[in-house]
Amino acid sequence: MALLEIRNLHATVDDKPILNGVDLTIDAGEVHAIMGPNGSGKSTLSYVLSGRDGYEVTDGEVIYDGKDLLEMAADERAREGVFLAFQYPVEIPGVAGLTFLKTAANALRTHRGEGELDAMDFLKFVRGKAEALDINDEMLKRAVNEGFSGGEKKRMEILQMAVLEPKLAILDETDSGLDIDALKVVSDGVNALRGPERGMLLITHYQRLLDYIVPDRVHVLAHGRIVKSGDKDLALELEAKGYGEFMEAAE
Amino acid sequence: MAANADAIEQVQSIGEQYKYGFVTDIDVDLAPKGLNEDIVRLISEKKGEPAWMLEWRLKAYRHWLTMEEPEWQKVKFDKIDYQDSYYYAAPKLGDKPKSLDEVDPKLLETYAKLGIPLKEQEVLAGVEGAPKVAVDAVFDSVSVATTYKAKLEEIGVIFCSISEAVRDHPELVQKYLGSVVPYADNYYATLNSAVFTDGSFVYIPKGVRCPMELSTYFRINQENTGQFERTLIIADEGAHVSYLEGCTAPMRDEHQLHAAVVELVTLDDAEIKYSTVQNWYPGDEEGRGGIYNFVTKRGACRGRNSKISWTQVETGSAITWKYPSCILQGDNSVGEFYSVAITNNAQQADTGTKMIHIGKNTSSRIISKGISAGKADQTYRGLVRMQRGANGARNYTQCDSLLIGDQCGAHTVPYIESQNPTAQVEHEATTSRISDDQLFYCRQRGLTDEEAVSLIVNGFCREVLQTLPMEFAVEAQKLVGISLEGSVG
Repeated sequence: MALLEIRNLHATVDDKPILNGVDLTIDAGEVHAIMGPNGSGKSTLSYVLSGRDGYEVTDGEVIYDGKDLLEMAADERAREGVFLAFQYPVEIPGVAGLTFLKTAANALRTHRGEGELDAMDFLKFVRGKAEALDINDEMLKRAVNEGFSGGEKKRMEILQMAVLEPKLAILDETDSGLDIDALKVVSDGVNALRGPERGMLLITHYQRLLDYIVPDRVHVLAHGRIVKSGDKDLALELEAKGYGEFMEAAE
Repeated sequence: MAANADAIEQVQSIGEQYKYGFVTDIDVDLAPKGLNEDIVRLISEKKGEPAWMLEWRLKAYRHWLTMEEPEWQKVKFDKIDYQDSYYYAAPKLGDKPKSLDEVDPKLLETYAKLGIPLKEQEVLAGVEGAPKVAVDAVFDSVSVATTYKAKLEEIGVIFCSISEAVRDHPELVQKYLGSVVPYADNYYATLNSAVFTDGSFVYIPKGVRCPMELSTYFRINQENTGQFERTLIIADEGAHVSYLEGCTAPMRDEHQLHAAVVELVTLDDAEIKYSTVQNWYPGDEEGRGGIYNFVTKRGACRGRNSKISWTQVETGSAITWKYPSCILQGDNSVGEFYSVAITNNAQQADTGTKMIHIGKNTSSRIISKGISAGKADQTYRGLVRMQRGANGARNYTQCDSLLIGDQCGAHTVPYIESQNPTAQVEHEATTSRISDDQLFYCRQRGLTDEEAVSLIVNGFCREVLQTLPMEFAVEAQKLVGISLEGSVG
């Protein structure tokens, strides 16, 4: 069964149409990449899927794990296993990263009917995952994203994903602002989370990321529609030719 | 930080609306409504006070009659009819009960809702043979539940009600009562001086570090009864004490006046840390029925190298109006004021501090975090005064306001007076909002709107909450969550 099924999705922002009939199906275990030029609707798609206010769905439907995703509030979607790694992670002054992680993890655990982890168990659990992402205790103690470099913010996003163990992970321009070393750490982190139960949607502008996280399917988004789909080689083709011809095709 | 993490969890476990809004229906020994000299005499008599105490009360009462209610504060409320209140009410427990089984079950229910441990319930209910406990207001039963009066006595610490102190330690009371907040100080303090009915007295003798947090709580239990607590804490030379005050109040319909006076005195090298979590009933969403909290709190650093530190978390009351202050008389003395004030719905707060620098090299630090939501209005009002002799004095003030929604207000009114060219005064202020980005980020991680607000606000207040003793920090963080319920979405 498909983990995520997007059918004819139309959405507007401030009454301006951005998505104009997106169709996309992701099965559990698959990694899909969406590529497209600026303004093609990539980030809008990630926000519509995660339920951000201000994005109005005007037509179409999204079935996630057998449920109507669009009926759910943003926090409900998160508790049901939809995770968005933000392009621009937000600072929350005064809230330690570890506290934030624990609060989120316990919200999810409670939702799933599992008990909350106590502070010591949780710290052990997080440390195990943080190490692989080169995140030390000191960084966990700092306030969420406050004063973090671009690379630190993205690593922290992936750590959250590792801790929250989503069914569907949407990674919005996770490669932006990363140097090659950071890109490698982040990609390794993402690859480690690939699994038969989990679907991933990578949103990216550049092919570069896909050298490290090799997708099962690649889609080109232009003018709010998927105009071409293919396997990982499509990304290379895009890199060589640019978006120009796809843009024209979409018009 | 660990405390913070745990507290967040606790925030989530808190239910809806005002948890402590309930009225206990027990028999009360009431004086007739209204205020006159006879009532003042009656209060004094009921408490078996000596003549000097009565004289002081009467002096205050007569002075009060000549005073005008102040109107400069930025809060609005209907005129209080002082003749329409009771000034004396004491729970009627008859003879001392033998055990909790003989205590009015209603009273026990109240304690249960407040989460007070059994042992402390016995003390509160006046059970025969129960130990005198330094009463713990905090829900954590393992915290300071075993702070026995006898144990304190061993090291010479006096911790009792102000009435007992008037009776048993008249020399100390006479020396210090009204020495920081004189009976003629201000309208509400003067009223308090005339009719105060209870409160705490603490004396820490020379060189003693009080080994435990002392705490008490006040609870308004009788409708239409103004509350006039009087607290006096003296730390003698080299003494050290941390005092906690916390309160909850039952839900009711009419406004209640709460006009307490707290006086602190530190002598050479002494330190008093005074922490408050104030959770009086704030009224309904329109502010009906909430408490008027008009309090005078002031500390005098009389001695060299002495220190007074105020920490307050103000989440309750319909109107909060208070300025815990420090008079920095002794050379090198230190005053601190850490404050979190949260106003939601129709709550109003005009709060801040006064730091009066008199001695040389005195220093003060003011960290104020104001959070306003709903239609609430909040003012930070702070005075920093460097007197002529305050050579080398320093002050640092940081004043941050956080707004939630677009109907609330935050105002910052600093008063800075410096008569000494060597004194330094710094003032920083910010105003910010909880952004949609922050809320969405938290919600995308599975937090509800309310959990998200609570987390973000707790982060905003962290610097202040960290200064609270551990048990209080947990309680305070829970209150932050409760206080802001319904403020978004």
